[in-house]
Amino acid sequence: MSGIRVLIVDDSSVMRKIVERALRQAGLNLVKVLEAGSGCEGLAALGRECVDLIVSDINMPAMDGLELLRQIQAQSLAPGVPVVMITTESGEEHVREALAAGAQGYIRKPFTPDQVRDRVLPLLVPA
Amino acid sequence: MTAVAATPARMARLEENLDRAADEVFSTMMGVRCLPVPDSADAEREVLSAVIGLAGAMSGSMVLHSGSRAAMRIAERLTGIEPGEVDAVVRDAMGEVCNMVAGAWKGFDGTLACGCLLSTPTVVSGSSYELFTQRAPIRIERTYRFEERTITFSICCEFSS
Repeated sequence: MSGIRVLIVDDSSVMRKIVERALRQAGLNLVKVLEAGSGCEGLAALGRECVDLIVSDINMPAMDGLELLRQIQAQSLAPGVPVVMITTESGEEHVREALAAGAQGYIRKPFTPDQVRDRVLPLLVPA
Repeated sequence: MTAVAATPARMARLEENLDRAADEVFSTMMGVRCLPVPDSADAEREVLSAVIGLAGAMSGSMVLHSGSRAAMRIAERLTGIEPGEVDAVVRDAMGEVCNMVAGAWKGFDGTLACGCLLSTPTVVSGSSYELFTQRAPIRIERTYRFEERTITFSICCEFSS
């Protein structure tokens, strides 16, 4: 797989590092990792840079991950780029809400690198 | 809404779910077991508390209480970097662990999984603080050990009807 540019959005810097490590352990060749501490920072990053994958927390102050998803679509930022939500929320309602908002994948915390690989890799491999 | 207490059987399940949640988070994210111990007599002096608010079908809070040794070890296990002191990364790690345990805990309960929402974490330094909860018929306090270190989770909440 060629190099992947990823945007990781989470208000926790520790969780951003954990997600990056999990993506690398999942076998992704990350050539660029953009970090954002909020939905607003995530939007700003997408205005500046192109990415191949977006991984975002849902529960964040100011602008949460679902609003970030809606804004990405409303502003036509990152068209065709898969978005994977990572969150502690596990209820089916939360999953449906994220998918309806435009997410292509959903990972519940705590997660293993294998779970990250299983959810993310199919989104990056051309059909 | 009316505050509702839990039956003894429900209380027992909530405690068991807390044990499962703590062990699941530590095992999955840190590669270590985190198991309940009968008392906290040899616990470190508390220096950090991570607080998660619960709202919806259940309202109240979950708090993770920790000493510096345990908190720094949690941060090291999560990031792979040994912290020299209790700094912003350690506080961030504590908040995330409390967040994940709270999420897993409510996820084990069918009613709470979708009906209860979590706040973002707040981390408090020191032990001279009090959390005030208006009515809290449900009080759970469980102490756990991981890698010869001790932490405590406390939940103070009520069901809404």
